[in-house]
Amino acid sequence: MIFSLKDIVAILPEITIVAGACVLLLAALLIPKGERKDVIAYFAIGFVALAAIDTLIISGMEKTTVLGGMFVLDGYACFFKFVFYIGTILSILLSLNYVDEEKINVEEYYILMLFSLSGMMVIASGANLLTIYLGLELMSLPVYVLVGFLQRDIRSNEASMKYIVLGAFSSGILLFGISLIYGLTGTTQLVGIAEALTDATVHVPVFALAVIMLVAGFGFKIAGVPFHMWAPDAYEGAPTPITGFMSVAVKAAAFAALLRVFIEGLSTVQADWQLVVALVSVASLVVGNVVAIAQSNIKRMLAYSSVGHAGYALLGLVAGTAEGVSGVMFYMLTYTFMNLGAFGVVITMRKGSQMGENIEDYAGLAKTNRALALAMLIFLFSLAGIPPTAGFVAKFYIFMALIHQGMIPLAVIAVLMSAVAAYYYARIVMIMYMREPAGEFELARSRGLVYALVLAVIAVILMGVYPTYFIELAQRATFIM
Amino acid sequence: MNELLLSIPFLRDHILTVVIFLPLLGAALLFFFSDEVKIKWFALAVTVVDFILATPLVCRFDTTTHAFQFVERYVWIPSWNIHYYLGVDGISVLFVYLTTLVGWVCVLASWTAIERKLKEFMITLLVIQTAMIGVFCALDFFLFYLFWEAMLIPMYLIIGVWGGANRIYAAVKFFLYTLAGSILMLVGIIALYFAAGGTFDIPELMEHRYSFTFQAWLFVAFFFAFAIKVPMFPFHTWLPDAHVEAPTAGSIILAAILLKMGTYGFLRFSLPMFPDASIYFSPHIIVLSIIAIIYGAFLALAQEDIKKLIAYSSVSHMGFITLGLFIFNKNGVEGGILQMFNHGITTGALFLCVGIIYERTHSRLIKDYGWGAKLVPIYVLFLFIFSIASLGFPGTNGFIGELLILFGAFESFKPFVVFLLAGIALGAFYMLWMFGRMTFGAEVAHGEGDEGHDDGGHKIWDINLREAIALIAFVVFVFWVGFQPGPFLEIMHESVDNLLTQVAGSTDVAIASIK
Repeated sequence: MIFSLKDIVAILPEITIVAGACVLLLAALLIPKGERKDVIAYFAIGFVALAAIDTLIISGMEKTTVLGGMFVLDGYACFFKFVFYIGTILSILLSLNYVDEEKINVEEYYILMLFSLSGMMVIASGANLLTIYLGLELMSLPVYVLVGFLQRDIRSNEASMKYIVLGAFSSGILLFGISLIYGLTGTTQLVGIAEALTDATVHVPVFALAVIMLVAGFGFKIAGVPFHMWAPDAYEGAPTPITGFMSVAVKAAAFAALLRVFIEGLSTVQADWQLVVALVSVASLVVGNVVAIAQSNIKRMLAYSSVGHAGYALLGLVAGTAEGVSGVMFYMLTYTFMNLGAFGVVITMRKGSQMGENIEDYAGLAKTNRALALAMLIFLFSLAGIPPTAGFVAKFYIFMALIHQGMIPLAVIAVLMSAVAAYYYARIVMIMYMREPAGEFELARSRGLVYALVLAVIAVILMGVYPTYFIELAQRATFIM
Repeated sequence: MNELLLSIPFLRDHILTVVIFLPLLGAALLFFFSDEVKIKWFALAVTVVDFILATPLVCRFDTTTHAFQFVERYVWIPSWNIHYYLGVDGISVLFVYLTTLVGWVCVLASWTAIERKLKEFMITLLVIQTAMIGVFCALDFFLFYLFWEAMLIPMYLIIGVWGGANRIYAAVKFFLYTLAGSILMLVGIIALYFAAGGTFDIPELMEHRYSFTFQAWLFVAFFFAFAIKVPMFPFHTWLPDAHVEAPTAGSIILAAILLKMGTYGFLRFSLPMFPDASIYFSPHIIVLSIIAIIYGAFLALAQEDIKKLIAYSSVSHMGFITLGLFIFNKNGVEGGILQMFNHGITTGALFLCVGIIYERTHSRLIKDYGWGAKLVPIYVLFLFIFSIASLGFPGTNGFIGELLILFGAFESFKPFVVFLLAGIALGAFYMLWMFGRMTFGAEVAHGEGDEGHDDGGHKIWDINLREAIALIAFVVFVFWVGFQPGPFLEIMHESVDNLLTQVAGSTDVAIASIK
């Protein structure tokens, strides 16, 4: 097969990341051991930035489908790629100090993140179910390894094991769904599927099974109920920056695929999948937010909160309109900042003997570390969706899309659950601000952490107060009109 | 002075923006201060300047029109047709003014009462002031909701960080209660947006006519938000906890401003936008109001704790206001609005009084006082003024407001008057009883003269200049409204008339659709 120049240009960002990761694998051997991993981290950030520049340049191009229809380059893909870049860069910045703290002295840590990133990028550009599947696997395999990176921590091992087994299982289900779709429509091309589905004869019961399998497969990746069982354990056991990485970038990638498959490929049969997706969404909202209340470990709490947020974002898919799609895109962008910000604070609390994972560990944080507590307050209220933060605008966007479609009961459930969510977010604020500290806080200090937190705070406030630019960006980038 | 301020072009065009965001700017600058004395004086300066800037709003207010004045309108989020849209009319302008007044009184009230984290406290106080003024000025629903919810965070912190012993419980209860109430409003706001053809513009939404079913749903969605804030029976249970645990400034803000937002919401949104539904639901609201008046008064009678007593008296008094608003005649509505202002003044002042004496004794129980007249005579004078104002004694502001509501009730349905009078009588009972027990109750065990000690051995001294200034600010309004209510009513005449035509215009339609 001969690649045209157009093909190469279109996949230049992916090439940059994969080539960069390979170069770093080799280069790691040449750099003296002492400073190796930080240098690798900075180079990793550099490659992501390079890919971002590539993407920026080619994002001006018309929508093009390359590589024999397998790979599409459009505004939608570019928007999501930027979400992944931001997620990856922030995660790397958050890792700089953490890997020292946990004595993870392996440079592959960052390289695996780059490989995972390349998988996400393939997903965002996937125009074919197989491309998307390949991207999903390319994204997931490095993450399986990253989750288990704390070799001496039994929780990390357990998390990795669970994630691999359930992940493999869900991939199987997804693949089964894809094969059923192929069997019914004769193609794995999303556009082709959409055309084939206009023919009423494909509406056989087995088609419903295919839809359910697709929902289950993607539902696993976004940690939607009832496919969320792995999430609390994996989130708790994984190195904290990886938890953050999984909860934003991996989830955003799965949403990128979900939206493209369901709204581009299966849009003609929206009635068939809407109910299933709505059920998953409501279940995620209820289970995620209610169970989060009972958590005492902050990583587990954020895991359940992440399940709840998947529920909110899914509502945008249920709405199924251009508004819904751009709502989800905007949601993923804001969620990247606010959730990684919150994880950043959790990472700052991890120092020496202090695990900083128990919610009670935060007691009185505001007394000794005002800036950090204030940052956490902003992230938590943003996650709770209280104005004037980005989280509010994101939820508002989704509700607009839902109510525009007349789905008021769903919107009511969603707002009621956000009141439940406010309880456990506000509880951490309460513990930080209204309790007395048990002792001195030992906090991790590094420039990477500071950069990441400051960036996240600015973004959360900016997108809350003046979201116009980002909303328009998301609106322009949807693939449906 | 007012001419001078408005002669500055920037101020003339952006006066509301300046009044709203000056405290926020002050809060941001406070981050760079470290000396406690400077922090206090700076916060005071900011709030006083804000108060001075708000005076032209009232003095230069055009009372001949119901249109929104001092309007500012800029595109904010074009994708959703959201504007940064501010303006005041005869209903809201008084509350903007009240908020700026309460702003500097709160700073004075916290001068020595806040013993730790003073800087953070002042920052929080200034932030909440921005949000509160914003609520009264916003003419875009999105902007309104933003300010409305943004208020929660600083209030949560004020109660939870600087409150009394049981502060965490009270803070969480306040937060969840008010949040749970107002999120349904969000769904309502968005539904309204689509029903009116894609706009968040409040004056435009008022022009629009909605079907009765739609109005009824929206009324209910908004009702919870407002009824919890008021708070109406049976949604009042958060109030005593929040009041009792909040620091003095927090209690003043709660009583003077936050409670008014509920009734303001009814006035600004429920009545003009859902007139048919308002009429349809008015019997229920009136019944709830009457229950609040009587039940709140009886609860107040039974309290040992001064702050709780005043909190329950608020429930009772707010019942008067909601009743006044939902009888849809001029006296009732104007009396309701005036009483909102009055209640802000008197109850704010009563909480200030409690705060002043609490600083000396650290007790909120009535039985720990009783030496008032002997040890703190000047303080007692102020307490007396606010107590009689609260019970509606002629010559005070409370009298005018309650009288207007009584007139309104008499015009509308005479039996209401019985309940209102019962409420007033009970009000006199609990206020005077409290006053009597606090001032002429017990003998003083230790010490004598005005440098004495109470039974617990706390040193007691009469009010100082700072406290006197704060109290006098409220006294001025007690008698101003009490003797000369004309200017206050004049401000609201046009807007109330317009509101009532909006409601009355739909009455026939409503009756037809109910039948």
